[in-house]
Amino acid sequence: MSGRDSFLAGARAIAPVLLGAAPFGLVAGAAAVEAELTVVQALGLSTVVFAGASQLAAIDLLGRDAPFAVVVGTALVINARLVMYSASIAPYLGRLSRARKALVAYLLTDQAYALSVTRFRREGASVWYYFGAAVPLWVVFVAATAVGAVGGAQLPPSLPLGFAVPLVFLAVLTPAVTDNASVTAAVVGGGVAVAGATLPLNLGLLGGALAGVAAGLLVDEAGDDSGGSGKPGDRDGGETA
Amino acid sequence: MTGVAWPAIVAIGVGTLLLRASFLYLYERIDLPPRGERALELVPAAVLSALVAPSLLAPEGAVTVVGNDRLVAGVAALVVAWTTENIFATLAVGFVVLLGLQYLV
Repeated sequence: MSGRDSFLAGARAIAPVLLGAAPFGLVAGAAAVEAELTVVQALGLSTVVFAGASQLAAIDLLGRDAPFAVVVGTALVINARLVMYSASIAPYLGRLSRARKALVAYLLTDQAYALSVTRFRREGASVWYYFGAAVPLWVVFVAATAVGAVGGAQLPPSLPLGFAVPLVFLAVLTPAVTDNASVTAAVVGGGVAVAGATLPLNLGLLGGALAGVAAGLLVDEAGDDSGGSGKPGDRDGGETA
Repeated sequence: MTGVAWPAIVAIGVGTLLLRASFLYLYERIDLPPRGERALELVPAAVLSALVAPSLLAPEGAVTVVGNDRLVAGVAALVVAWTTENIFATLAVGFVVLLGLQYLV
């Protein structure tokens, strides 16, 4: 597949996710202006940081005159999961130039990661597929931020466009679940994330992911004869990072 | 307040870029043991499930089963995802079920 075809395949895959990214961008823009940041600062957040959940937390804290270290520290804890994504796709992207790696890093999001890692596992790595998914997401998110910052976020609340995002994650989750260890990783990861859904700083997601990986490794070590033993109660992998 | 906004934006941006770049640059320089490689293989299943599960089971923060339209739509979509592994079919069924429950039932 040529680079162009791969880019277009990535763009097609990300298209439905853009439905969810646009409202998120609108909210990021509108919330920034409501917190008395300027339109340029709202756009600065979306282009310099480009990580919506951490932006909303930073906006909230800036609006409440929180100390600089608290604002920055909170945002970075929320974004700690990106280290996992970086590690997870790194084996596929070893041969890239330093400059391309920098661009891959800058554009790394939940959505671009989810689509790309699934694709890489099935059909081999293609940085163009990654860019095809990541670049449209960036464009839509930044454009929506501008619209939200200038015009405010006015969306019909009954239209659940954001639901596109978990549905796409669901579609790429199933190919990632291939054996006992990955089933366990998914069940424990999801279970711990639900249990921690009300925790601040996105810690439910981070803890769920770490606990899921740890549980999957335990199933591996227990060997094949333990097949299908269900959900281990072990959660202590979640607190190690 | 706006005085610290730009320094905060830049600091968060630089810090986040370092988090994102971390293993993209480190991976070649470190010798990962087989267990570490295996852990990386398990990341997608664990992370994707941790992203999805709360938005279906606890869309408002607290776990809700009865009357949770998103859970019903999500389970229908999961069945389609499992059988077809097709993103658009999964989306279509998930949205049709969710909108059907919201507007028809």
